[in-house]
Amino acid sequence: MIQYNIKVSMMKKFLIIVFTTLALTLNVNAGSDGDLILKKNEPSEVNDCFEKINRATFAFNQALDGMIFKPVASLYRKLPSPAKTGVSNSLENVSHLLTIPNNVLQGDFKQAGINTGRFIINTTLGILGIFDVAQYLGLTNYEKEDYGQSLAKAGVGPGCYIVLPVLGPSTVRDTIASAFNYLGGDPWYNVTVNKDTQYFENSDYYFSKGASGVDFRAKNYDSIENLENNSLDFYASVKSLYLQDRQQKILNSRKIVNTQDDSDWEEISQ
Amino acid sequence: MNKKKIIWVIFLYFFTLSSSFSIEADVFVQSTVNRASKILSENLSKDEKIEKLKIIAEETVDIKGIGFYTLGSIRKNLDGDQKKKYSRLFREYFLKSFSSRLSEYTNPEIDVLSKEVLSENYTIVNSLLKGTSERPEVKIDWRVYTKNTENPLIRDLIIEGLSLARTQKEEFASILNSNDNDINALFNTLEEFSKN
Repeated sequence: MIQYNIKVSMMKKFLIIVFTTLALTLNVNAGSDGDLILKKNEPSEVNDCFEKINRATFAFNQALDGMIFKPVASLYRKLPSPAKTGVSNSLENVSHLLTIPNNVLQGDFKQAGINTGRFIINTTLGILGIFDVAQYLGLTNYEKEDYGQSLAKAGVGPGCYIVLPVLGPSTVRDTIASAFNYLGGDPWYNVTVNKDTQYFENSDYYFSKGASGVDFRAKNYDSIENLENNSLDFYASVKSLYLQDRQQKILNSRKIVNTQDDSDWEEISQ
Repeated sequence: MNKKKIIWVIFLYFFTLSSSFSIEADVFVQSTVNRASKILSENLSKDEKIEKLKIIAEETVDIKGIGFYTLGSIRKNLDGDQKKKYSRLFREYFLKSFSSRLSEYTNPEIDVLSKEVLSENYTIVNSLLKGTSERPEVKIDWRVYTKNTENPLIRDLIIEGLSLARTQKEEFASILNSNDNDINALFNTLEEFSKN
């Protein structure tokens, strides 16, 4: 049993080293070519190879949302604003643990330093992240990062669009990349589920993931209802919005990127 | 000398005349937002609000342009009658969808923050929908078509970086793809939406 654990641990380390080296190497080669990354992650370029299965999973997720997430989010919305802000802040604080290694993988060492500062300040002075004290000290503009974004920055294309049960929209690249979270790449998973320390339980990890889902659903409650009621094809709308959002997260920009092909419009205006 | 003076006077007259009619994109957006906010905060029924919002949309949004943009390249294959039918159906769909989406908000507060002139034809106006106890603040960018400076028109809303026109385009593409690019399938879907 001990030997088996050592083997698993070595395997994880090996995979992380290979991934890190690969990502950093590719980053050097592809990092200068922002246009290529933009084009590769263009929503219209992402194929919906498993559309039938995706639509079925989407319907399942909608049913699940109606039974669990929507009612819980509806109750959560009734909490006083400071309570919701506190929950939101502490969930965001935990997400720094995944963001920081990805800042490093993407070669963004300055942001890794800023986010490390944010995490330390908010965990201590901010009482486990409930208060975002760091923003008052000038450490603002937090953007979440994950292994999917790091792979994208390294030049890996998204592959097909997929809808995962419970978790929702994703791409093949991002789904594969999320496996690194469970192979030692997510410190929060390591200290809770992997029991690298004795201070946390498995349930802390799953509770935080569930709470993130409810927090997201509550923040976007009206927008989602509105979109669902006014969409001709809700599945297609969600897919488009997800892929647009993903493209911007990869580029770390809220700036309008290729929002519309002007030539497409010009033909209309003539 | 007199001739020069006359030319200058004529030039200045036309210059001031043309600039007096041109509307800055940010002023246009703020004025549109104020008009909509006023209606939404009035003590009117939902149906009355929807009717008033439709009037604003018809005056300030390039509905025809958005319709053909969202149709994508298939518009090139349509004949004159199909184009007319599509324009009519899209207009009905857009006004219903747009006004019912907006009518859900009560007294939204939107502040225009800045603008970015992309080209002679386009200006992006940046604004912020103030947060409430139930939802966070939302960044809204307006893509304004400024070719006719006297009559600027909204062509897209970009909410937190997500383009509504682009989403609409991909939604229509999905309907067409599922129906072997048969435009009649899209016509039926639009008709059904407007009827319900």
